[in-house]
Amino acid sequence: MPDTAIAEAPAKAATGGNILQVRNLEAWYGESHILHGINFDVNAGEVVTLLGRNGAGKTTTLKSIMGIIGKRAGSVKFNNQEIIRATSDKIARMGIAFCPEERGIFSSLDVRENLMLPPVVREGGLPLDQIFDLFPNLKERLGSQGTKLSGGEQQMLAIARILRTGASFLMLDEPTEGLAPVIIQQIGHTIARLKKEGFTILLVEQNFRFASTVADRYYVVEHGKIIDGFSNAELAANMDKLHTYLGV
Amino acid sequence: MQALYAQLLVGLINGSFYALLSLGLAVIFGMLNIINFAHGALYMMGAFAAYFLLNLGGINYWWALLLAPIIVGIFGMILERTMLKFLTGLDHLYGLLLTFGIALIVQGVFQNYFGSSGLPYAIPDQLRGGMNLGFMFLPIYRGWVVVFSLVVCLGTWYLIEKTQLGAYLRAATENPTLVRAFGINVPRMITLTYGLGVGLAALAGVLSAPINQVRPLMGADLIIVVFAVVVIGGMGSIMGSIITGFALGVIEGLTKYFYPEASNTVVFVLMVLVLLVKPTGLTGRAA
Repeated sequence: MPDTAIAEAPAKAATGGNILQVRNLEAWYGESHILHGINFDVNAGEVVTLLGRNGAGKTTTLKSIMGIIGKRAGSVKFNNQEIIRATSDKIARMGIAFCPEERGIFSSLDVRENLMLPPVVREGGLPLDQIFDLFPNLKERLGSQGTKLSGGEQQMLAIARILRTGASFLMLDEPTEGLAPVIIQQIGHTIARLKKEGFTILLVEQNFRFASTVADRYYVVEHGKIIDGFSNAELAANMDKLHTYLGV
Repeated sequence: MQALYAQLLVGLINGSFYALLSLGLAVIFGMLNIINFAHGALYMMGAFAAYFLLNLGGINYWWALLLAPIIVGIFGMILERTMLKFLTGLDHLYGLLLTFGIALIVQGVFQNYFGSSGLPYAIPDQLRGGMNLGFMFLPIYRGWVVVFSLVVCLGTWYLIEKTQLGAYLRAATENPTLVRAFGINVPRMITLTYGLGVGLAALAGVLSAPINQVRPLMGADLIIVVFAVVVIGGMGSIMGSIITGFALGVIEGLTKYFYPEASNTVVFVLMVLVLLVKPTGLTGRAA
């Protein structure tokens, strides 16, 4: 049963100061009303996962936070600053980085150009040697065309390029989709390491088994609303509900 | 034999204008997805800007090479901000019709004030005269046009293919939304890119002024051939535009020597053949 109370009172965050506050977020694609009042918080240093079925509104939530969706309403505060009316380039410059579901690797750019494409928006980004330490494959493929990489390598490149920018808040949209188990494991290790480095991560996942290895908290999205929220410690107790929500 | 070399030189000079103009069209198409039919009128405005700078401001050719592209480029950026940006996401036909309308208006205004005959623009003193190369006589100004155009074309290619700014441009051509979400002000970059493409057309206009005089319809005559060049090279391909521009100028020159009757149509015959065999052009991507 959907817990409508969560829409008014977001699940209490576990650690750190509040970095992202989303209230009554609504979004439209043309005439289609996709988000119907999303509410949640993300605290500094956390990994928060949005779970939900296909078409529930998870990706639209990330895109709305990033300012990519043209028509949106409500309130999104990043570090206590309202960003609902800001354009996506300004939002990026405030320290939010987005890794899209389709990865967004540019075919006209080689791997090095793809990696160096996002401008550094503030100090504190990972230096290249640290990025190559995380993703050794990329170092060997710097001269290759971006889209010639394997799916896993493309995902690594998509994550790697936003780590350079100095953004402290990362939004990763289904980073494991379509990848082999061994690559999924590697992405999981990377997210865990980024969390240790102090990054805050908002993750969209359908694969909650993967999410459970990295997430601190979960929100469940259905029909453009947050219908439930719980911490990782409460995951086992909520497993039956989760299966119902996700239809697995 | 001297006549052959002379026609080759004429071909190279025409090729220089084709390359500069088609390069500008390729840059604009790549970034804005607009087939800029106003390009010929903007080329003409470059020549007129040089004419006004000289006759009203006493500003010489060398300064005009710098100032005319900037002035006309700013005019182009105003066009982009006030009209073209509203065509984002629409079918190519809208951009083509709008820019065609702009071309007609601009040409009409200039024709109203200056008639159809040419206004003289002198070759700068430093580039007068010629050199006897043994096998042919080379007018210095014409040699300058070829070399300078080639340098500008290669410089533009380098900017787009080998620099970080060029990487932004190429990436924004593929996925402007994501590039903007990386923190790059894409709308401003689009405006500047249109300004760059228009500036290249104006630069060609300045280079052309001492050779072809300054005429309101000078661009209208040229733009049809340039579009054929772009179609052959491939819409949106930077190096394709440069190589095809120079190559077709030379082919046109050679045709003038071997079979003059076909010299005005050879480019269009080639265009038809390329469209039949490879509709995206020799080096281009699908429009």
